[in-house]
Amino acid sequence: MTTTYTAPAPSAAWKPKGRLELVCPAGTPAAMRAAIEAGADSVYCGFADETNARNFPGLNFSPAEMAEGVAHAHKRGVKVLVAVNTFPRAGEPAAWHRAIDTIAECGGDAAIVADIGLLDYAAEKHPRLRLHLSVQAAAANPEAIGFYVERFGVKRVVLPRVLTVAEIAALNREIACETEVFVFGGLCVMAEGRCSLSSYATGCSPNMNGVCSPPSHITYAQERGEFVSRLGEFLINKVPGGQPMPYPTLCKGRFSANGETAHIFEDPASLDASLLIPPLADAGVTALKIEGRQRSRSYTDAVVRALRGALDAHARGLPIDSRPLMALSEGASTTRGAYQKTWR
Amino acid sequence: MVSVVNEMATNGADDARNTLTLGPLLFNWSPEQWRDYHHRIADEAPVERVCVGEVVCSKRLPFYEDDIPGVIERLQRGGKTVVLSSLALPTTARERGMIRDLVAMPGVVVEANDVSACGPLAGRPHAIGPLINVYNEGTLAFMEKQGAVLVCLPPELPLAAIGALAGAARTAVVETWAFGRAPLAISARCYHARVHGLAKDSCQFICNQDPDGLAVDTLEGKEFLSVNGVQTLSRTVVNHVADLGTLTARGVRAFRLSPHTCDMVAVAQVFRDVLDGAITGAEGEARIAALMPGAIFANGFLHGRPGHQRVAAAAG
Repeated sequence: MTTTYTAPAPSAAWKPKGRLELVCPAGTPAAMRAAIEAGADSVYCGFADETNARNFPGLNFSPAEMAEGVAHAHKRGVKVLVAVNTFPRAGEPAAWHRAIDTIAECGGDAAIVADIGLLDYAAEKHPRLRLHLSVQAAAANPEAIGFYVERFGVKRVVLPRVLTVAEIAALNREIACETEVFVFGGLCVMAEGRCSLSSYATGCSPNMNGVCSPPSHITYAQERGEFVSRLGEFLINKVPGGQPMPYPTLCKGRFSANGETAHIFEDPASLDASLLIPPLADAGVTALKIEGRQRSRSYTDAVVRALRGALDAHARGLPIDSRPLMALSEGASTTRGAYQKTWR
Repeated sequence: MVSVVNEMATNGADDARNTLTLGPLLFNWSPEQWRDYHHRIADEAPVERVCVGEVVCSKRLPFYEDDIPGVIERLQRGGKTVVLSSLALPTTARERGMIRDLVAMPGVVVEANDVSACGPLAGRPHAIGPLINVYNEGTLAFMEKQGAVLVCLPPELPLAAIGALAGAARTAVVETWAFGRAPLAISARCYHARVHGLAKDSCQFICNQDPDGLAVDTLEGKEFLSVNGVQTLSRTVVNHVADLGTLTARGVRAFRLSPHTCDMVAVAQVFRDVLDGAITGAEGEARIAALMPGAIFANGFLHGRPGHQRVAAAAG
């Protein structure tokens, strides 16, 4: 499959004016190559340790793989954004500092950082390294974003999934940096980087360990004709035997409150904001991000191609066909999340 | 103002005095309950600092904001340092303006609960609340450079990190979560409204039905979480009364008690007595349990375990 998309030359400005940048997940070197083939403008990835928020077995990059990945991407005119977006452990910041140093050494195009102390380190030690504020910093208003821009020279903020399109448009009028928003994939219902639900149930935290509802703490069982999933000691969901069980992410579970049984926090739907690409572009957004570094290479290929098609259609003034993305959604149901106010 | 700042500033990392802070009331109590609670704390609670203000939902504030000046005055008359706590997730223009109102109030220390408050507070003595991510020395040092004199650490931090941070603090007092349901998450979505089939914008203030949070159980009836509007808290009640010796040994000098409907004056007295060596940690645990019948207590985060668990503390 070919696309009409032509990647910008490495020497080009960060972003051709007026064109949305497609930022794609690269959980592994293979997924990075797939994303680049499928039309990514940028890929984002992390090191294989607790320094990034997708610290799952079999994922991520060694420093050598990162250097190779950056070289490969740059040959294709694609940027590499490297997430060092967990919060360094008190008393042991070395691994996080080393991750920042490695990005600078191997020519990564930006570091995606959440922690204030680490931003301070990066800005001080590598003043030429471009800094993006991770969604894990949950900076959701002009004052918070301004704090990071003024103190650390942050060039772009990845917005938490708590804002409506109208709020994003208003925000862009008030801030002095680019914005990147999630367009497709898993959906946090809590302000990112400000959630300890996973560590409450398992002891493993997104902020400290880079994991949420980790597979190592999940168990499945057949009980009285039903299929149940548990996270640590807590039952997250049960379905009649033979029916598919969604991955037991804590906040997508079924619980009981006030005498009712329901998805108290969020349904097991994934975010699909592809039909919102035109208003997001009008809102002044610079980049659209696809969630899913933990997903397979074939998924990466398919989701990047689908969104590349959507962005190219938008650029040509054509309607966006969201059907290719529907097939890729977890649980086959999607939401536009906080982008529409009724979600709240 | 000067005396307030001095109290905060001189109570630095080298000071051996152990202090108690009553955190901001996180739940939606009636205006009468809100006022009575603060008045009683002002007159009777053996605590050094009291946080006042709306952290969770700006829509609750109009119910009691007219009472705030009187409460501040009464708390100060009672010898307490008043800390004004800011909103956790300000998004609307009105919510963003609230921090300017706080900064303009004389004679108080303002506590930032969102990074958006850190800019307006920079350059003046202020507090950093537990909903801001201070996980390591780099962030702590930056906050101190900005003027933070009191830093309450996130409740999920384990003892090793707490000790490292208490040791690294130069000018700020490092405080830890010591009592009360732990705040675990904040969202743009109101779960109280969602559970009741209401929209956030027309919520009917339904969260006022649950003054300690709405119970969320698993489908097999295990107690799990508590919903408080846009906030999710633990169902277990964090209780570090038997861990105070361990924490003070690591250099922690300030402890936060988060208000619930139980007798908070009595809770504070138990913590005070254990800190003063008047009773043992084990005796403190027994007294706290008697003050909150039916509660499940936990200290798992502190011990590097799942937060809902309880680990038996070392003797004392």
